[in-house]
Amino acid sequence: MTAAVSLQKVSRHYGLVRALDGVDLEVAPGEFFAMLGPSGSGKTTCLRLIAGFEQPTSGRIEIFGEAVVGVPPYRRNVNTVFQDYALFPHMNVAENVAYPLMLRKLDRATQRREAAAALELVKLSGYGERRPGQLSGGQRQRVALARAIVSKPKVLLLDEPLGALDLKLREQMQEELKALQKALGITFVFVTHDQGEALSMADRVAVFDQGKVMQVGTPEDVYRRPKSRFVADFVGSSNILPPEFVQSVLGESRWASLRPEAIHVVAAGEGASRLTGTVVSRSYLGSTTRLGIELKGAHIHAVVPSGDDVPTEGMRVSLGFAKDALHLMENEG
Amino acid sequence: MSVVAATTGAVLSNRRGWFGSVSDFFWRAPKLFVFLLLTPAALWLGIVYLGSLLALLLQSFFAIDEFSGMVDRSQLTLKTYAELLKPQNLDIIIRTVTMAAMVTLASAVIAFPIAYVAARYARGKWKVLFYLGVMLPLWSSYLVKIYAWKLILAKEGILNWVFAQLHITFVLDWLLAIPVIGGNSLSISYIGTFLVFVYVWLPYMILPIQAAVERVPTNLIEASSDLGARPLKTFRHVIFPLALPGIIAGSIFTFSLTLGDYIIPQVIGSSRLFIGQAVYAHQGTAGNIPLAAAFTVVPIVIMGLYLWMAKKQGAFDAL
Repeated sequence: MTAAVSLQKVSRHYGLVRALDGVDLEVAPGEFFAMLGPSGSGKTTCLRLIAGFEQPTSGRIEIFGEAVVGVPPYRRNVNTVFQDYALFPHMNVAENVAYPLMLRKLDRATQRREAAAALELVKLSGYGERRPGQLSGGQRQRVALARAIVSKPKVLLLDEPLGALDLKLREQMQEELKALQKALGITFVFVTHDQGEALSMADRVAVFDQGKVMQVGTPEDVYRRPKSRFVADFVGSSNILPPEFVQSVLGESRWASLRPEAIHVVAAGEGASRLTGTVVSRSYLGSTTRLGIELKGAHIHAVVPSGDDVPTEGMRVSLGFAKDALHLMENEG
Repeated sequence: MSVVAATTGAVLSNRRGWFGSVSDFFWRAPKLFVFLLLTPAALWLGIVYLGSLLALLLQSFFAIDEFSGMVDRSQLTLKTYAELLKPQNLDIIIRTVTMAAMVTLASAVIAFPIAYVAARYARGKWKVLFYLGVMLPLWSSYLVKIYAWKLILAKEGILNWVFAQLHITFVLDWLLAIPVIGGNSLSISYIGTFLVFVYVWLPYMILPIQAAVERVPTNLIEASSDLGARPLKTFRHVIFPLALPGIIAGSIFTFSLTLGDYIIPQVIGSSRLFIGQAVYAHQGTAGNIPLAAAFTVVPIVIMGLYLWMAKKQGAFDAL
């Protein structure tokens, strides 16, 4: 099957800065694909290359099998939802949404009908006459979304679309975006620096760092089986254990990651575990409590269910975890 | 206890003094501060500017007594305005307004690409160079520039020489052969007047357009392109409408400056009068202040109409 978006050895350099450095990626048709990474990791550059706002220094980009390097954005059937929405301030909402249809010279009645349908899809029926300046951030976001899907692009690119929204709205939009993508069947490529967002929404995640793709996989892959210390650290808040410590537990000298929630904590002496330590910090998170535990040769965070039996600071505790919870990493980096 | 805390300044910084008290006072009364900031400008605009404008308006409702040649201030009349409609005066108005419109149009067409490049592509050193290039002509005297242009445009002038060297004198001859706007040489034709007007007012068109284009966010241009608009469509539907307030601002300058100028048409062009020259002549030697005032009202009314139309067309919606 042809990939919806395919990047082959794509690099983008700005002078000496390698914003993107030899990236290979395949996005399957109909997939919800997230590009996750800290700022400056190259994920937005990657998106801009797919949209056509910038051209790669080297490499090959294909969209549904067609080579697009050198093809301007207006010839690509790919639309973008911009981080700050980029709505046209001199047009009302309906005109904004109908803009791509107007350019395709559809007749007025069709333009109106399709724009109204797109607005309904994003739950903004009846807002057509308003100006973007009269809308809230969340509403503008929806208009931008309606405008990007109204012409039924093959691929929809979303550049941190939820970044400017507050938490509650963000969670709501996450669900709606996911539902919208299912309903439309369009390939979504989503850029975010929020690992929670990437994990909860995406079918697959590519983790970027310093212009390179560190790992591509399902959310579960990158969360539970990180290939490198960077991925383990960036995706979630894993304990990263040095080789000496892992040697003492598994008998193998490799870096490993251990999820805080995979650790059982009991008072010292109750379990058969050889791992004992002292609780040095304790923060209450509602349904769970986060403990900082000092062991010989490592400092570990554990997340345990809140309750009366949660150890307090200064207590000696034993740690237990399933052997396969300790994930050995391939890369040293 | 509290007295001690206040004076030792554990919490409140102890920088009182006269100046500090004034600052504190204004900090508590920001509206008063704004009022004080605006007062000089308001006085200037209200009394000196609007006041003299009203005095002028009043003058235009007087009329000159045909026998004594004295201004009759005993009654208000529309007689002077009727005078404006006489063919020789109407001619002056039409000539001036047409010239102002052409100058404005040409300035906008020439200025836009320059302003666009400066706003969207020039960075750092190039931007400085742009400002320098646009402003430099404003550093030298207006009169010197106009007389320099007279030399450039004269029959024995530089332009004629250049055309002759390039063996394209026929282009110039063809231009000058056009009735009404042509003439014996560029320096005594309307074409010459037009060229000098455009040259002199061009900076006033470039700068507002440049500022307006600069304020168009790049991502709007990217969004337009992303949604399928070729560059020309993006220009028509996004850049131009958003830069329109700048173009209007620039056209207010070029239009009103041309309407009011009396030196350029006197030095360069045919000897037929423009509004400015008519005002100059009537208030001076002729002593017909009312007619001069009535002539002055014409550009004001035209500018008012122009702004009203621009507003109706939605030119300021994006502000």
